[in-house]
Amino acid sequence: MTKKNFTNAEKGWERGVIASKIANDLPHASYVNLGIGMPELVSQHIKDDREIIYHSENGLLGMGPTPNENEIDFDLINAGKKPVTILPGGSFCHHADSFSMIRGGHIDYCVLGAMEVSMNGDLANWSTGKGIPAVGGAMDLVAGAKNVFVMTQHLTKEGKPKLVEKCTLPLTGSGVVSRVYTDYAVIDITKEGFKIVEINENLSIEYLQTVTEGRVYQ
Amino acid sequence: MQINKIKTEIAEMLSDVFDGATIMVGGFGEAGSPIELLHGLIDHGAKDLTIIANNSGNGRVGLGALIGQKQVKKVICSFARSAKGITFQELYNKGEIELEVVPQGTLAERIRAAGSGIPAFYTAAAVGTPLAIGKEEKIFNGKKYILEEALNADFALIKADVSDRYGNLTFKKTARNFNPIMCMAAKQSLIQVRKLIEPHQTNPENVITPGIFVKKIIEIDNPIIETNAIEEGMIYP
Repeated sequence: MTKKNFTNAEKGWERGVIASKIANDLPHASYVNLGIGMPELVSQHIKDDREIIYHSENGLLGMGPTPNENEIDFDLINAGKKPVTILPGGSFCHHADSFSMIRGGHIDYCVLGAMEVSMNGDLANWSTGKGIPAVGGAMDLVAGAKNVFVMTQHLTKEGKPKLVEKCTLPLTGSGVVSRVYTDYAVIDITKEGFKIVEINENLSIEYLQTVTEGRVYQ
Repeated sequence: MQINKIKTEIAEMLSDVFDGATIMVGGFGEAGSPIELLHGLIDHGAKDLTIIANNSGNGRVGLGALIGQKQVKKVICSFARSAKGITFQELYNKGEIELEVVPQGTLAERIRAAGSGIPAFYTAAAVGTPLAIGKEEKIFNGKKYILEEALNADFALIKADVSDRYGNLTFKKTARNFNPIMCMAAKQSLIQVRKLIEPHQTNPENVITPGIFVKKIIEIDNPIIETNAIEEGMIYP
């Protein structure tokens, strides 16, 4: 199937708006792993009515925000190898324990980016098939976290749909995604297809269908 | 006579290393990376090494420098694409170095398994992906898993924060990462520490890696910080 290009695509929600929708869906007292890049924004939108504990897979539970310039410690970094802080109540552990938190099903939510998500919840987000293959912790996270949320633009930079019937890129995990947050909609993965939980107020379902490969329904 | 694992020369630390050895290198990116021991390995000159680490080095210091010296034939790691990586990329693009990509948690668990006498285990990570090709599949409770084998090593090069002469180690913050499990998985774990203390100063409640997993220790009190070294243009040797 040839993919269509939507070069004059509609403007969707800003990234901060998508992040706040995810933040609102994370319940109080959740243990959460936020992927590097856009998902990191989610922590800035958590409301005061809840406390979320952030896990960084390099052995840090209770991760805090970026430090000031004079507080940077290269022995205190996140999974993206950027300096971070640890909050009161936080702890360090070694890599096998940290990934037991993930692989043993103790992490409640992980939020990652995507290159493609298929109708049955397959995720491709680690390899374009070119260059040096590098997977990091993505395959462990999607296989082990209780809920896998994807945060992404609805279309690629070239204007191609990221929500597809079947992924064409190498998979990160099979049937692992529970919900997708894009600039156009919030979508649940169901047996019947992409179920619309919320659609951008400026868009129609018909438009959403044209920029999505695979059935969308409400 | 007292047990004393402390050495004073890096050459003494690496005296048993041989061509073709499998060597674990601790650290996650630069946090916990044993740069002085890696530079010692360059001076040692061992070749055809297999390196097990999370990453493949930055710039031309530490692991990046060792790879640049063409002493490494294969890297087993989860993420060989670093922002400041140069040497691995150069050799990989020329087909002069092998790469085995392993999901990070599977990498950690394969190392932990080796240290615990577990030859293989089943995991859900990577099921249905290209990294599962050729691996045995089995269904438990209706869910699919793949078989992953333990990763043993001849040596582990490790950076810790504090040790006594028995090798009771503590680590600093997220510089702990792979280090404790690599100490368990290697036949000889070789440790550079920032600070040596007397055994009576060690709080047994706080020991992260007990000395049974440690072979040799050397004090490097002011270790190179990779980011700063690269910014200053350091190239080793």
